[in-house]
Amino acid sequence: MSQKLVANLKSAFGERLLGASSAHGDEVVVVGREDLLEVARHLRDRESCEMLLDVAGVDLSEHPSLGGSADRFEVNYLFRSLANRSRVRVKVRVEEGQDVPSLSGLYNSANWAERETWDLYGVPFRDHPDLRRILCHHEFEGHALRKDYPIEQGQFCTVPEKLIQDHDIERAAGRADSAAEELHPSDLLTVNIGPSHPATHGALRLECLLDGEIIVDAKAEIGYLHRCFEKEAEDHTWAQVMPYTDRLNYVSAMLNNVIYSHAVEKMLGVEVPPRARVVRVIVSELSRIIDHLVCVCANLVDIGALTNYWYFYNVRESIYYDVIEPLCGSRLTTNYSRIGGLAHDVFEGFEQAVERNLEKLATAITEVTGLIARNRIFLDRTVGVGPMTTAQALDWGFTGPCLRATGCDYDIRKDAPYLGYETYDFDIVVGTAGDTRDRIMCRVEEMTQSARIIRQALQRGLPTGPIVVDDPAISLPPKEQVYGSIEGVMNQFKLIMEGTKVPAGEAYGFGEGANGELGFFCVSDGSGQPYRMKVRPPCFPIFSAYPEMVKGLMIPDAVAILGSINIIAGELDR
Amino acid sequence: MKKDYVESTTPPEGYDPQREQMLDFKVEEDLDKLCETDSKNFILTTVDELFNWARLSSVWPVTFGLACCAIEMMAASATRYDIDRFGAGAFRATPRQADLMIVSGTVTAKMASRLKRIYDQMPEPKWVVAMGSCAIGGGPYFKYGYHVVKGVDFIVPVDVYIPGCPPRPEVLLDGLMRLQDKIRGRKGKFVQPKWVQDYASKIPYVKPEKGR
Repeated sequence: MSQKLVANLKSAFGERLLGASSAHGDEVVVVGREDLLEVARHLRDRESCEMLLDVAGVDLSEHPSLGGSADRFEVNYLFRSLANRSRVRVKVRVEEGQDVPSLSGLYNSANWAERETWDLYGVPFRDHPDLRRILCHHEFEGHALRKDYPIEQGQFCTVPEKLIQDHDIERAAGRADSAAEELHPSDLLTVNIGPSHPATHGALRLECLLDGEIIVDAKAEIGYLHRCFEKEAEDHTWAQVMPYTDRLNYVSAMLNNVIYSHAVEKMLGVEVPPRARVVRVIVSELSRIIDHLVCVCANLVDIGALTNYWYFYNVRESIYYDVIEPLCGSRLTTNYSRIGGLAHDVFEGFEQAVERNLEKLATAITEVTGLIARNRIFLDRTVGVGPMTTAQALDWGFTGPCLRATGCDYDIRKDAPYLGYETYDFDIVVGTAGDTRDRIMCRVEEMTQSARIIRQALQRGLPTGPIVVDDPAISLPPKEQVYGSIEGVMNQFKLIMEGTKVPAGEAYGFGEGANGELGFFCVSDGSGQPYRMKVRPPCFPIFSAYPEMVKGLMIPDAVAILGSINIIAGELDR
Repeated sequence: MKKDYVESTTPPEGYDPQREQMLDFKVEEDLDKLCETDSKNFILTTVDELFNWARLSSVWPVTFGLACCAIEMMAASATRYDIDRFGAGAFRATPRQADLMIVSGTVTAKMASRLKRIYDQMPEPKWVVAMGSCAIGGGPYFKYGYHVVKGVDFIVPVDVYIPGCPPRPEVLLDGLMRLQDKIRGRKGKFVQPKWVQDYASKIPYVKPEKGR
């Protein structure tokens, strides 16, 4: 379907498309910066590309093939059409200082994504409503992901940024005027929530403007956990990036491992052995279960239902203790997947341990749903709170349970299956209203579906065979060879010191993370290290909608919504 | 510089084992005599020891989760590990009611001044635990982390360092017990090391604006 989309673009724009190519299953078109707005409008209106997934900048100054040209930066726009099942990447190349038209008028999700590109690369966006830094603090100097940024330079933030300005207060007071009696700006109260607040689950900040108890304006600030993942990735080999992916979404680290390896394997063009595929599916789904458990129990704690926290956390601890820890020796940061397979085989009794935990999970779900499903307080706090329509959600770039809660049956495991998900029988869980209750209940039901997938995989039995591809250019040799032969030593040395040589090119590898679409946009220059690694975190676009979602509600509602959209700061800020 | 800040494994300054033994012996003898003459029970102790015992038995941490380690901190407070057994389960939502700050996760350049502010808001006596490699020294983000503070001890004084990435809940509990040892043996006022004071003074304390 994507080819048809590109053909349509070619016929519509003709010579104005500067180039079109296809690699690793991704369709790419290059346009001039003045045509970008028109192309984006065409994609949205004619080709029904409802989503702008992400905006990814690349600094081309040290790129082997494009390095010498005048255009220093490249901005990649990832469009996706759910209706046509097509996706396209639009590239714009600009010189330093040249601006790019902002797409924030067309897609809401462009707002924060463009701010990020401005922050890290210094590419200005014309007509952007609020072009400020987003990940780095406001006193930061320079643009950190440029190749010539001096890395040793530590820059502390001394004074917090004022988010709600005086003109915001005056504007909000002016708006309130017409509704009731005259409102003076001093009647409005600014309340700061976070970055350290019991309800924020990680460091993020929201500044609310209150009229009485009602939030009339809100602005969010992120970047309190900006740990420079993308810069770290550029300075490590492809295999060494794996432990860093654990720390993106640290609640479901296995999923990050698997999807990252999936992205790199896409560039290498290797097929994972069947045994590794099945084990990957099982650990991915276990990881999804853990993520949902933590999200739902933390959300319920926030709205006052503490008992569920113990019920769900028991299961989570049990899965960690019985399965994850014997499997990879670590509880949280698993580092289990490898490029081309897995780190090591499963332990003896793995299937029984998983099965045992699935039973515990089923009991816990029954207990928790028994407590909340018809609970008056729970329903009062969640039904109709923070509702989203499908169109709005797509415009903001929602994916995963938050999108499915609005009634849109979009799941990458069904839509673009990987790891053999097409062979498993499971349902896509959808909600109706897209409110907080739907989001919570979707997650609860998805755990059951994940358990179904795992049971099917276990019933079929794990295939026998190797767990990693037998390719000396990708996988480490067995230890007997390393200690027993000179070829083994050399192979090990080259792979460790130089890394797997990924062919030059770029690809966007993605999969269904626990919160939604987790994608890795990788650019390789043919060396052992990534030239550029852009993460498309599911939280980031979802949280960008949060200030809009809470307007007109009260602070306790804002807390309930924040829990239900499951913000993981490590993934949000990277 | 006078060394008031002592490691938990070494005995505090001025500790004389012989003298302590004599004291113990005397107290026991006295107690026997007193118990014979009077039916009421009582305990003899010093005010310092009583206060320290009270402090170490209910160390209230502030709810301050930063990153991955915060998830393990949550796990430590859940049913399997149950940090409440050590009196440290009452996570306070405000620093003004807390004694202990568990810095659980990476401290970034953006967060540093906020962390200092939370520490300033905590009443004396207060303790800091650096949980995990990132809080100890930047961890995996040491070299290329342009936005990461390479150790929380650049900002606030740290009492106990807990290594791990992230540390398991058991290790957190062990760190808590080490902290309790430290509180038990504490005498005199705690003085920040000079170098910590120097670094901390670089981050100014910002007065909140009026009316906001």
